[in-house]
Amino acid sequence: MTAALFFSQLLNGLQLGVILFLVAAGLTLVFGVMDFINLAHGVQYMLGAYLVAVLSAWSGSFAAGLALGLLAALALGFAMEVLVFRHLTRRDHLEQVLATFGLILVVTEGVRMIFGSAPLPFPVPAVLNGSVTLFAGLNYPVWRLVILAVGLAVAVLLWVLVNHTRAGMRVRAGSTHPEMVSALGVDIDRLFLFVFAFGAMLAGLAGAMAGPLVSVEPTMGDKVLILAFVVVVIGGIGSIKGAFLAAILVGLVDTMGRAFLPDLLRALVGKSAAATAGPTLSSMLIYLLMALVLSFRPSGLFGGRPS
Amino acid sequence: MPASPTQRLLALALAAAALAAPAAALADPVKVGFVSTLSGPPAALGVHMRDGFLLAVKQLGGKFGGQPTEVIVVDDELKPDVAVSKVKALMERDKVDIVAGTVFSNVLMAIQKPVLANETFLISANAGPSPLAGKGCSPYFFSASYQNDQVHSVMGQYAQDKGFKRVILLAPNYQAGKDAMAGFKRHYKGEVVEEIFTQLGQLDFSAELAKIQAAKPDAIFTFMPGGMGVNLVKQYQQAGLAGQIPFLSSFTIDETTLPATQDAAVGLLSGAEWAPDLDTPQNKAFVAAYEKEYGIVPSLYAAQGYDAAMLIDGALKAAGGKVADKAAFRKALASAPFTSVRGDFSFNTNGFPIQDFYVVKAVKRPDGRFATQIQSKVFDNAADAYVGECPLK
Repeated sequence: MTAALFFSQLLNGLQLGVILFLVAAGLTLVFGVMDFINLAHGVQYMLGAYLVAVLSAWSGSFAAGLALGLLAALALGFAMEVLVFRHLTRRDHLEQVLATFGLILVVTEGVRMIFGSAPLPFPVPAVLNGSVTLFAGLNYPVWRLVILAVGLAVAVLLWVLVNHTRAGMRVRAGSTHPEMVSALGVDIDRLFLFVFAFGAMLAGLAGAMAGPLVSVEPTMGDKVLILAFVVVVIGGIGSIKGAFLAAILVGLVDTMGRAFLPDLLRALVGKSAAATAGPTLSSMLIYLLMALVLSFRPSGLFGGRPS
Repeated sequence: MPASPTQRLLALALAAAALAAPAAALADPVKVGFVSTLSGPPAALGVHMRDGFLLAVKQLGGKFGGQPTEVIVVDDELKPDVAVSKVKALMERDKVDIVAGTVFSNVLMAIQKPVLANETFLISANAGPSPLAGKGCSPYFFSASYQNDQVHSVMGQYAQDKGFKRVILLAPNYQAGKDAMAGFKRHYKGEVVEEIFTQLGQLDFSAELAKIQAAKPDAIFTFMPGGMGVNLVKQYQQAGLAGQIPFLSSFTIDETTLPATQDAAVGLLSGAEWAPDLDTPQNKAFVAAYEKEYGIVPSLYAAQGYDAAMLIDGALKAAGGKVADKAAFRKALASAPFTSVRGDFSFNTNGFPIQDFYVVKAVKRPDGRFATQIQSKVFDNAADAYVGECPLK
């Protein structure tokens, strides 16, 4: 193993972590602030990818498609909040899970009816296609560097918004003491509306960023939803900082596991045993990580919500 | 529609027979249950296969072998238990004469038992698991597609012919992925640098692609069906590997995924027994009709669905329009009395085809659509590897 390969895999892990952060950020906001289990978050990610794919093709420009797609995702977020989520905020978690699971079925089937079940084309914007040589002999796709940059920018933006603005202060207060915030004259329903719509837009952005990498199909959201929940739980529900660190941790553990665990096992237990155990173990790693974190910190790395 | 003289004769004969035995009356249509995967992520394959089948039914005027025909399409949801209960309903409630379809081998393996035990004819339009070709073969089973291993073997033989010395194999960590690697290695004698198993449904392949870049093999072979293949192909191109390391695959590059991968897949190779540009009159007509009807390029799933329907039609004609005489209908099916869009096509003793296999390459056609194109023929009139284990003669 060369140092170049190791650094390249490290970068891959960081970059996967950043995608996971983009997906999980909206989820942890809604989960933490509104105490709302939103299984339909994956669907919002899928809608983001579809909207940007379709609008980019229609307008002929990725930038225009992205701007219009994010606005549409935001609008859909508002609509979903008013039509569905608003009526569930004070129900218990089981009802929220049932209702949002229903929403997954309805939206997924709706998208299938409109666009069919075949995956949609979503090419990398022409100027960002291709790869650059970061280390001798190892090319790195430009689009993955773009994702890295966008993810870090979103992380900084959220950090500023949550920690250094008045709205952010209310969001933080609302996530731990909703009754008190309400008693102080803050319209908590209105706050939820904006948080939810913003979360939907973040999910849409994640879908748009992941679209050129993965298959854009109606069920694409289901695959990231579980990972997003793992990130949120490890990071601590409602904590943006926690979601960021957990996402990077999960990305690194997953990538490094896939990259080096089979080789490591081969050296330790022999080729045939490693061939069966390696891939199985590396796909379990992030769940082992979650179990480990939760056994030491039951409310996640940065979870402070009293339950 | 006026009855033909033979039909009238037949009607008379049947009317006479009806007094003695409860034979199927002529008014009863031929019933075919078509099982396909129409929901969930891999629905695109099932839709192609069904549309190919239904296109043939439409071209035949809704009649197999000139008989009134009823086709009942059911969705197996890619769940073996769901498939079994729906197929049982097809046999018990709808009394179908033939069950056809099945995209996935696990679904076919689940339904073959009740269908074949009931002595109902079963015609696969895609799945070709090895047990049904070998020890578990049945006189009531026919495959209008291929035996699964063959498509992987095509790429192994191609890698061998090309003189690739070092190859990396990449497949999801489940039975079909392991079978794919075994199939590839049957004819490939060079060095397998590494066998990389990935998660089923894996989204990100950056770790695997970095490994491949670092190892610099002469080629990679991969089996990544459905959305996983779309992910891999996009990321392979973005990593700049598409022009560098030959990409050999099975069930990864076809017309169900090409509309999504588009330019990223151009130049990548796959094993197949059919491609849209295969030069036979039947194929030209089929591809033109399919593109006109559905507005997309057909895949091999569509071609196999079409062939399955044409096979049933031909066999019914040869058997005088009756399925009831099972020995006669089986004999008719076994003679493969139709002209396949693939050209050469005959049945082996185990009910699997003897046919040609090709390496196909993804291209952008002059009309802007993406399709696979035949690169070279790898196997000529090939039989599958399991036929020796099948006791049928």
